[in-house]
Order: sequence, then structure tokens, then C-alpha cells
Amino acid sequence: MLVLAGGLSHERDVSIRSGRRVAEALRDAGFEVDERDVDAGLLPWLADHTPDCVVPLLHGETGEDGALREILELVGLPYVGAGPAASRVAFDKPVAKVVAQGAGLHTPPSVTLPHETFRELGAAMVMHLLVAALGLPLIVKPAKGGSALGCSVVRSADDLPSAMVDAFAYGDTALVEQCIEGVEVAVPVIDTGEGPRALPVVEVKPDGGVYDYTARYTAGSTEFVVPAKIDDDLAAECARVAETIHAALGLRDLSRSDLMIDAEGRVWFLEVNVAPGLTETSTVPLSVQAAGLDLGTLVGDLVRAAVARRTP
Amino acid sequence: MSEQTRREIGRAESTGRGEPGRTRLDSYVDRYAARTNGMTASEIRALFSVASRPEVVSLAGGMPNISGLPLDVVGQAIHDLVQTNGATAMQYGSGQGDPTLREQICDVMRLEGIEAHPDDVVVTVGSQQAVDLVTRIFCDPGDVVICEAPSYVGALGVFRAYECDVVHCEMDSEGLVPSALRDAIATVQAQGRRIKFLYTIPNYHNPAGVTLSAERRTEILEICREADVLVLEDNPYGLLGFDGDPIPALRADEADGVIYLGSFSKTFAPGFRVGWVLAPHAVREKLVLAQESATLCPPAFSQMAVSSYLTHHDWLGQIKQFREMYRERRDAMIGALDDLMPAAARWNVPAGGFYVWLTLPDGLDAKAMLPRAVTARVAYVPGTAFFADGFGAQSMRLSFCYPTAERIREGVRRLTGVIEEELELRETFGAPSRHLQRGYEAPNSDLT
Repeated sequence: MLVLAGGLSHERDVSIRSGRRVAEALRDAGFEVDERDVDAGLLPWLADHTPDCVVPLLHGETGEDGALREILELVGLPYVGAGPAASRVAFDKPVAKVVAQGAGLHTPPSVTLPHETFRELGAAMVMHLLVAALGLPLIVKPAKGGSALGCSVVRSADDLPSAMVDAFAYGDTALVEQCIEGVEVAVPVIDTGEGPRALPVVEVKPDGGVYDYTARYTAGSTEFVVPAKIDDDLAAECARVAETIHAALGLRDLSRSDLMIDAEGRVWFLEVNVAPGLTETSTVPLSVQAAGLDLGTLVGDLVRAAVARRTP
Repeated sequence: MSEQTRREIGRAESTGRGEPGRTRLDSYVDRYAARTNGMTASEIRALFSVASRPEVVSLAGGMPNISGLPLDVVGQAIHDLVQTNGATAMQYGSGQGDPTLREQICDVMRLEGIEAHPDDVVVTVGSQQAVDLVTRIFCDPGDVVICEAPSYVGALGVFRAYECDVVHCEMDSEGLVPSALRDAIATVQAQGRRIKFLYTIPNYHNPAGVTLSAERRTEILEICREADVLVLEDNPYGLLGFDGDPIPALRADEADGVIYLGSFSKTFAPGFRVGWVLAPHAVREKLVLAQESATLCPPAFSQMAVSSYLTHHDWLGQIKQFREMYRERRDAMIGALDDLMPAAARWNVPAGGFYVWLTLPDGLDAKAMLPRAVTARVAYVPGTAFFADGFGAQSMRLSFCYPTAERIREGVRRLTGVIEEELELRETFGAPSRHLQRGYEAPNSDLT
């Protein structure tokens, strides 16, 4: 099989780490694996080699926005993960939030605006409206993208302009969301052909209080509790939320939902990832391990499911 | 689903959720020294991962362009080395370094007016290790090292590792400003703190591109002599000036108060990792002991390969070729900047070396802008990398050493678009970036 990692997105480095780890896990599980970047050499390579299945581990645009999956559809190769349309919707956080609301899930109130709107209407007034409508604290993030790149928690209105500029450095549209404070959790969902099934909930406790890029990818700077130290009912609710969004978006094989549990025990959907990080510091492998599963064997099962999907 | 997966999921469901396990994913986390606190993943480093792709014009890296090296000559020299002297080349060597190479190093330094004895030379694993060894033998935690503002990122990393306090000192278009150095020394000494040395790159500075003027060289040495401050002169680019003969080194005028660092990384090839220290005799003794504890000895094979290259090849002619190539690339970069950059941006015109220091229009933040630049397929190093105190956000280092002239122009064109977009964004949002520290006169205020 072929593991694709790298690409040109801002998350290239994370993708390379995910790819390396999954390729090793698959080899340990007995699979024959090639690893490749996504570049101008990929399609000629695919013309000469026909892998049984592709495991796309590109994070960020191209990898998660459906583009690469469209190409894999055109090439006619089975691949692990959601299809192009579902990926496109899931990757767009504001759109995914609408789908989550439609599925009856709680998601923090938010406003999505391109930077042109601020320019046309005057940034000061628009930001005043945002704070008035959503209150503080806020979380500002690029509408698309992962690894918390360009994300800021805003506790004072004075910090909002800078947070907006930081988010717009990663894309033309920003999501300004009410910041829900509480227990931060990640919930993977797998589907090896028998329906979506949530894996153990992972509680994320970054040392600095914010699960930013440094906290995500510096081993030792975040404590993970798995299964999360929460009531069984709450864990079941987290699992339900993750499975619900997985199904509502039409995702396949593997996803990871990022959720917040507030002081009242309400579970808030924040975002879902169709190519979740599988690095040494990522939450999904922790959950897989806590479920008693082997990462290589599990990905192998996802590969079989992907191949079976293609088989007439 | 595999039988194992089915069995394990079934077991997890039947036995409930189990006891919470806590992990930090690094079981050694409580054992690391405090100095590792800053060794963390960073968004900036992640973005540089994209810069390695050919679609991106990287004006970030300082890799010398060695495509002009005569690989056949080098290959033959290494072949001959293994054939005739392989057993020695692949054996441990002297901690101080190969005697023949140390003699040749003295010949190299003579080009910059330095008269030295091979006994006072210690070969190191690149001059980067020389910075490390010198800091190791001189600096206790909390000792002050004075550096130019900005300064070489690799040296700042060493000073951080040895827990030194870096005090930056203003530069302008003629290099380190003597009055600023005098003030910095007085301020630190008035605080009762010890200054261990001044770390300076007088020629074609990395990252600032400027060169210390001849008049100031004398004055800087006088100031340091009077204040009893040692000078650590780092001179990897000294032979890569574009105009005239090499500039005499600080060490040429001052033997006792200057420790001189040299390197073959830019004048030959960095892969051999051969640099050196020239130090007063007593210091040299300590450096050899420090080198022995660090590596036992610098790699004999690399030293002998470099020595063979110097013996059998027209290395001075090769350096001349390098200079012409880098001059052409410098001209391409300056020409593109002149043609394309917004008027409010400022930059200098280096007389040698690899780098241009560009200061953005007011309110722009090179660090915050980097993701946009990577999206536009151009990369640079934000100025903050070259300061120990968080300053430099309004500036960036642009390297002209590696890309071709055409790619440099394309890179500057892309960068200009990014800056114009960022200007528009800043105009919309008004407030400067949180990374730009106000109420402080940045020491790199006039490098142009």
C-alpha cells in the first residue's frame, strides 16, 4: 500500500511525522508499504505502480479539503478515509458546525467572516459587534486548517485585532467563536465496515492552558488522560457526539472530533478532522492503544474496508 | 475487521472504560535539565518544512552553493587519501587537530593579516563547535555575553544552552556602534555582572549583512582592551567579500584579547564540518581539553580530506569563483528589491557574504507574516530568530546564496505581494502585531 504524507500545506511537518509513524506501524503489522510525498512525481509513479490501497495522511488543504481524494477517485484507487465531498464539508469548520447543529449537537456560537468584510465595513465596528454578540473570551481561528495554527484565545477586546491578523495569515476567512472553557477532549471514531464506533475519550491538559501548536507537538508539554477522567454518562455522550457528526457528515473509516465539556456537563462540538494526526504526540494513537488495539493492525483493517468498498 | 480488532473492541466494551491512564508522552520529562525548557516544537520550524519543497523559493537557508566545486578533483583526492593514508585517516587523531591542516589554516588566516603559529590553532567540528567550546570554558550560568543586534542564531543557541545572559548591542551600516558597546559594558559592569566576551561577526554579518568599518575596528578593540573584555571574532565569510582584498581581521591587530573562529564551510564545503579556533596559548590548552571531552578529536578523515584539497587544488581560485557567483546573486536580490519592494521597506547592500537584512514597513511583523509567505511559496527567516530578547519582529533575513538569480527575483516578487497584502491587512485592523514590542528603540534601527 501507499502512505502519502508531506504536501505543501502549513502542516507538512506534522503530516510527515504521521506518515512515518503509520508506515512503520503497518510494516510492523506485516504490510508492504511505500511512502511518498504529494508532488509532480506522484501521478507518474501511480501510473507505474498500482498500490492495493492509498493511505492519505496529508493534513491541511489538499489532503483534507477533498482535492487529493478527488484525484484518487479519478485514478481509481481505493483509499482510506472520507470521500471528496464529505472531506470538503468537514474541513470547512463553519460549514461542519452547521451540519453539527442540524444533527442536534451543541456547537459554540460563532461568526465567520472573510477579511474583505472587515475592510469594506471598517474593522473596528465589526470587531465591536463581534464582542458585543459573542462576549469574551473568544477563540479566533482560520476557517480551514488544523494543528491550531493561527488560533488565538482572546480575553480582551484589545487583543482581537492582532488575533484576527494572525488567523488571516493562514487563510482568507476566520471563524470567531465563543470560547467554551472546561474539559477539552478528543474522540476518535473508527469504522472498519461495521458502522462508526467511538474509541476511548482522550482528555487533553496542556501545561500552559492552551492546546496550541507547541503543546501539541512537544512531548511532555501536555498531559493526556485516557480514558478521560469523566463520568461514564459523559463519556458515552462524548462518544455519541463524535459518532453523530461522523455519520452526519458522511465520513468514513477514521475521524477525530474535538469537543469541550463545560462546567454544566454539556458537550460542545468544536471541529472534526478527516485526516487526524497520527504522530507520536497525537491523541488518536493514545486512544487506539487504550482500546487495546494495535495501530498498524487497525489501519490494516481500515485498508481492507477501503478495498472492499471498491470491490464490485 | 481483523479478528484482533474485533476481539479487542469487544473486550473494551465488555470491561467498561477501564482506569484512566495519564501520560505526557515523554517519560523523561521530569529529568531534563532546566536549559531544555526552550527546546519545543514551533510553528516557525514547521513552516520551514514547507520551504524545503522545490515549489518554494527559499530565501531562508544559509546553505552555501557548492555546485561549482570540482567534484572530480575532490573525489580523486579522497580516493588517493584512502589509498595512501587510509589507516590514519580512519583512526582517532589528535584532540587539537591534524598538524598539517593546522599549518594550512595559518596560511589561510594570513590572507586576513593574521600571523599565527599552528600550535595555537585547535581544529573543531565546524566553527559552530568552536563557539560551543569557547562558551563551555568561559561561561558560567548568568555570565553576560555581549552580541550584536541582531546576532547569529546558532551562537545564540549555544549561549542559551550554557545559560548565559545575552546583552544585545546596536549596529548600524558600519557595524557594531562603539558608543553603544561602551554603554552596554558600563551598564552591565555597574550591575556587578561579569562580561565574559563580546561575540562579533565583523565581516558580512550573519544576519545583518553589514561589515565593521576599518575605523571602528580599532575603536572596538580599544574599548574591549580598556574594559578587559575578551573578543570572540567569528569570521566564516571573511574571504567572501565582493570588492578588493580581504579585510584584515580584528585578530590581526590584537593577539591576546581576541579569540578567532574560522571555517571551511563557506570557502570549501560544509559537509566536512571543519572549522577552527585560534586562541592565546593558555586558552588553547583549555580548548584542547574541552575538545577531547566533547569529541575526543575532530574527525581525522574530514581534516585530511580538507588538507588534501588545499594541497592539490587551486582553492584560492575556487573562492574567487564563489565570490563571483555570490556577487551575481547579491546583485540580483538588490536589483529585485529596488524594482519591486514598497517604498517603506528598507534593506542594506552587503559587500560580501550571504545575507540582506530587510526591515518591513512600520507595523508589519515578519514572524506573523510567514504563513502567508509560505502560502505564496516564498520563505525567509523572521528577525526574531536573531535576538535573544524577542525583538526583531519587524525585520527578516534574506539569503541570496543558494537560489539562482532568476529564482531570487521570483522570490522577491512573491515576497512583495505578501508584504502588500499584509500592509492592507494591517491598515484594516490598525493595531500592530502583539509581537512588535513598543516603547523600546529597537537596536537594529539603522542597518541600511
